[in-house]
Amino acid sequence: MKRLLILGGGTAGTMAANRLRKRLDRAEWEITVVDQTDAHVYQPGNLFVPFGIYQPHDLVKPRRRFLPDGVELVLGEIDRVEPDHDRVLLADDRSLPYDYLIIATGTTPRPDQTPGMIGPEWRRSIHEFYTLEGATALASRLADWQGGRLVVHIVDMPIKCPVAPLEFTFLADAYFTERAMRDRVSMVFVTPLDGAFTKPIASKHLGGILDDRHVALESDFMVERIDAEAKTLVSYDEREVPFDLLVTVPLNMGADFVGRSGLGDDLNYVAVDKQTLLAKGHENIFAIGDASDIPTSKAGSVAHFSIELFEDNFVSHVHGRPMTKLFDGHANCFIESGHGKGMLIDFNYDTEPLPGKYPLPGFGPFSLLRESEANHWGKMTFRWVYWNLLLTGKDMPFEPLMSMAGKEIEVAS
Amino acid sequence: MTTATINGLEVHVDEEGFLTNYQEWTEDLAAVLAANIGVELTDEHWRVLRFLREDFAKQGETATIRRTSTVGGFDTKALFVLFPKKPAKKMAYIAGLPKPKGCV
Repeated sequence: MKRLLILGGGTAGTMAANRLRKRLDRAEWEITVVDQTDAHVYQPGNLFVPFGIYQPHDLVKPRRRFLPDGVELVLGEIDRVEPDHDRVLLADDRSLPYDYLIIATGTTPRPDQTPGMIGPEWRRSIHEFYTLEGATALASRLADWQGGRLVVHIVDMPIKCPVAPLEFTFLADAYFTERAMRDRVSMVFVTPLDGAFTKPIASKHLGGILDDRHVALESDFMVERIDAEAKTLVSYDEREVPFDLLVTVPLNMGADFVGRSGLGDDLNYVAVDKQTLLAKGHENIFAIGDASDIPTSKAGSVAHFSIELFEDNFVSHVHGRPMTKLFDGHANCFIESGHGKGMLIDFNYDTEPLPGKYPLPGFGPFSLLRESEANHWGKMTFRWVYWNLLLTGKDMPFEPLMSMAGKEIEVAS
Repeated sequence: MTTATINGLEVHVDEEGFLTNYQEWTEDLAAVLAANIGVELTDEHWRVLRFLREDFAKQGETATIRRTSTVGGFDTKALFVLFPKKPAKKMAYIAGLPKPKGCV
């Protein structure tokens, strides 16, 4: 009997378990998923919780429900992987041997990594929305906030769902407008990048979108610390941004056990081949979803597209055949822009987001890099798609590799 | 992809002037690139640039500020003094490496 061990039962791990269970002979292969809890959170929904659009209970279901028969779920905290012994040790001293290992433990916000972030003001005037707890606390704060200076802030890249801080900004602008208090709120978007949009064509199409909403931009801002008492962000080059309410995106890091196991880079991401997801220096370890170091967005769409190809590669690899389905870094993100509208971007390792149309049989086309109501409904429908089609590996009308169909090619000026 | 002639050498650059071919960079070129953005190279600059070049050769990606600090051992505040305002971009530009990645 061969044993496949999947660390992490989130978006990527659950999809891989479902797809590979169908592909690997049950008489020959055992599949086990390890996670800390049985609660699977629909993470794209966290963005909507602060504004009361989703309630926390809308977003959580048992992991077990999305794992097929023939996949065992082990609950426990992972202490380390021992690649030389082909086994994983749990914190309670259980030892799980494997023939093949898939690391799918994602990335997590780490407020402990910025001095001053966690302290007396944490979840009072300093908030985050990437965890369900944080998003819920922020919903309470916004519900009775009387206005002031709202600062939306990114500590460093890469982050999970890199457009979410912009979406939060757009939704906050709409939320305060609808509550007739926008004139009592000043908003600032603070980013370590050189603009809200860094790719030339997206920047050209969307560059004015913060100005239109009267949101000030503070770019190239690398935070050194937060002075919680003075309610101020302080950068390495000694700029200061004061706030009344800070909504920050803490540094994102892969799981600590990845670092302890000698498998990670400086942010605990597993170094992999970006086309096959095979861990560098290992023949029986892969990393999928946000846990790897591939240079594209950390996003559910990337996990989805890459796993469609990975499934074939994995089966080839364990049978000693070459892996031929090479991933191109395809990502596809709806960007909620407020007032019932949204935008869509579609790109990969080599092609930046372009304008045009995104054809989708049965649903589309959707507009690329332009606001539309259809894009908003695409985003809201996605929660159903996620639970009912995506996780369990049902066929969907998306192509895993990026297509140029519908895209308008233009030369950046 | 366009080419530019810098210091008498024809090199490949992107639309913002970042070199796109690792092999086309030379130390003489770095001094010209640095002068273009108002940076005068000292020994300390060179230590950072050499780390970036070596790290790129191993990783295939331009090191971030964080990586330059945690892996390269350079103090982040010092990087902001050496390459004012936009150290990540300026370091990559002078070292002849691709612009650090954003998203959209």
